[in-house]
Amino acid sequence: MVRYVIKRLLVLPLILLVLSALIFSLVMFLSPYERLAVFVPNADSVSANIPFDELVERYGLDRPFYVQYYEWLKQVLHGNLGWSPSARMPVARAIGRYFPATVELMLLGSVIVFAGGVFLGTKAAVRHNRLPDQFVRVGTIFGVSMPEFVFGLLLLVVFYGWLKWFPPGRLSMWAEDVVYLSNYRQYTGMNLVDSLINRRPDVFLDALRHLVLPAIAYSIGLLSTMVRMVRSALLETLQMDYVTTARAKGLAERIVTIRHARRNALRPVITLAGSIVAKMLGGAVIVETVFNYRGMGKFIVTAAQGLDFPAILGASLLIGVIIVVTNLIIDLLYMVIDPTVVLE
Amino acid sequence: MDTLRRLVLNPLGCAGLVLVAFWAVVALLAPVIAPPHAGHRDPYIIERVGFSSLPKPPSTEAVLGTTGGGYDIFYGIVWGSRTAFGVGLIVVGATALIGVLLGGLGAFAGGWIDSVVMRITDLFMSFPFLIAVIVMTVVLGKGIDKVILALVIFGWRQYARVMRSEVLSVKEREFVRAAESIGCGRFRIFFRHILPNAIFPVFVLATLDIGAIVLIAASLSFIGVGAEPGYADWGQMISFSRDWILGAVGDPFRYWYTYVYPSIAILTFVLGWTLLGDVLRDILDPRLKRSKK
Repeated sequence: MVRYVIKRLLVLPLILLVLSALIFSLVMFLSPYERLAVFVPNADSVSANIPFDELVERYGLDRPFYVQYYEWLKQVLHGNLGWSPSARMPVARAIGRYFPATVELMLLGSVIVFAGGVFLGTKAAVRHNRLPDQFVRVGTIFGVSMPEFVFGLLLLVVFYGWLKWFPPGRLSMWAEDVVYLSNYRQYTGMNLVDSLINRRPDVFLDALRHLVLPAIAYSIGLLSTMVRMVRSALLETLQMDYVTTARAKGLAERIVTIRHARRNALRPVITLAGSIVAKMLGGAVIVETVFNYRGMGKFIVTAAQGLDFPAILGASLLIGVIIVVTNLIIDLLYMVIDPTVVLE
Repeated sequence: MDTLRRLVLNPLGCAGLVLVAFWAVVALLAPVIAPPHAGHRDPYIIERVGFSSLPKPPSTEAVLGTTGGGYDIFYGIVWGSRTAFGVGLIVVGATALIGVLLGGLGAFAGGWIDSVVMRITDLFMSFPFLIAVIVMTVVLGKGIDKVILALVIFGWRQYARVMRSEVLSVKEREFVRAAESIGCGRFRIFFRHILPNAIFPVFVLATLDIGAIVLIAASLSFIGVGAEPGYADWGQMISFSRDWILGAVGDPFRYWYTYVYPSIAILTFVLGWTLLGDVLRDILDPRLKRSKK
């Protein structure tokens, strides 16, 4: 087992290297002049009267791919991801500002997905083919087919346009003043956490009010997938002999379901966690656009619309790293949880 | 034939079939249902009824109203169905083909070829699909053809996975051994014996995938990196309506037609394929047969 872990950890840098080369190779589709933006650290640091050709030469943009890749990687490892014209700040700083916002959204979303998924999935499986089950089945089919942006817009129409309960954006004007102007300190960049440390329950509530709709909007599809997964896994487990044994012992049905069957049924669900993280990052792009929530997703969209390559490159790199590391953690976690897993 | 019969007899499957058939008819008859005016150059560019920046409610001129900029909603929805079918069928057809060949041949060959194919698949898997496609469209440029290309580049990976696991199990079965023993060529064994027995999960996946792909394509248009402005595409029509979701003071639902109709179109289209794929999976998966009543 230890050998397996070490092997996986040793392969990790290799995977990241290939991934970064793949992402960087996208830039090679562009002309050296367009590529310049990826290398110039700060627009202000370049005086306007240097000719482009000289800059291309200075940054070595006419040299072969591997030389440029090496130079770029060196910069990246020093934390320089280039200058983002669409965010009007260095990419690294933009990521530092927007990423926590998305993490916040993802955390809230995963609570909805996992808690809701396990709860509804259990309900449906226990009452198989009865009313709750039929309800869940039809509901999840709609949930899977509902585009996030359509659902998000409907939520906005009802809860913002009509009822005026939940506004879009990330914070209200007054709360933004508190966060950015007063002696409020940002520890994590996540408003829910920072506001509690700063003892500003009013900011906490305001941040939560802005998070509710986006979190619901992008949980709906994943929640449906999760419910179906839990339901079918539990249905299968409930027919196993050891569950019958537990019933025969005279245990209460609730104990049999929750303690005996569901525990085992939930094991394979953990493997879903990786794809859930990936889907949430993708969903964030849509949902943050719909709700005008300034996080990584909105950052990527703005960059894509403005053909802002440094931002796209930096964000892709970050997301690639997150996914690779998440998958590694899940594999290792799975090994700990499920002793029957056979290692390669 | 038996599959089709059971599909129709299942209420959910029947509903899915009806929805898909409905949109297929709309797409086929688009020039009849919503004929472009004479002199309208490209029928896929939504017709405009005036150029008013305010949406106009349904009238005799535009049956379902117009969006801001005068785009006819009815025309957009009818011709948008062709876009949806086009994107869905082309992308799923191409990705399934690539995935089946890569995953299937990799598993059939085994050894280092299989490892290489799977590592490449893993690499493509290590990226959220939507974000990967957005990045590709940035590099490739705007337009529905670029969107299709981007979707194909990243879409094949799941087919490769599914096909590989199927081929791995099928190639150990007796009839494959029998074919080998009577001297069939490797080419013939793969295409005549293994492929037909391993392809069903791909059909199910493909059916479900058409809905998913259309959703992704619509999302791209929605965030503004998909179809060109004015192209008949449901995602884009919903993005047109974004400015109007708040309605007017005292009348929050005044512009309901700008988002309700395109939303219904896209939802029913995807729902149809999801239902179809779902029921198809139940029918084709023999393991589930006994648990059905």
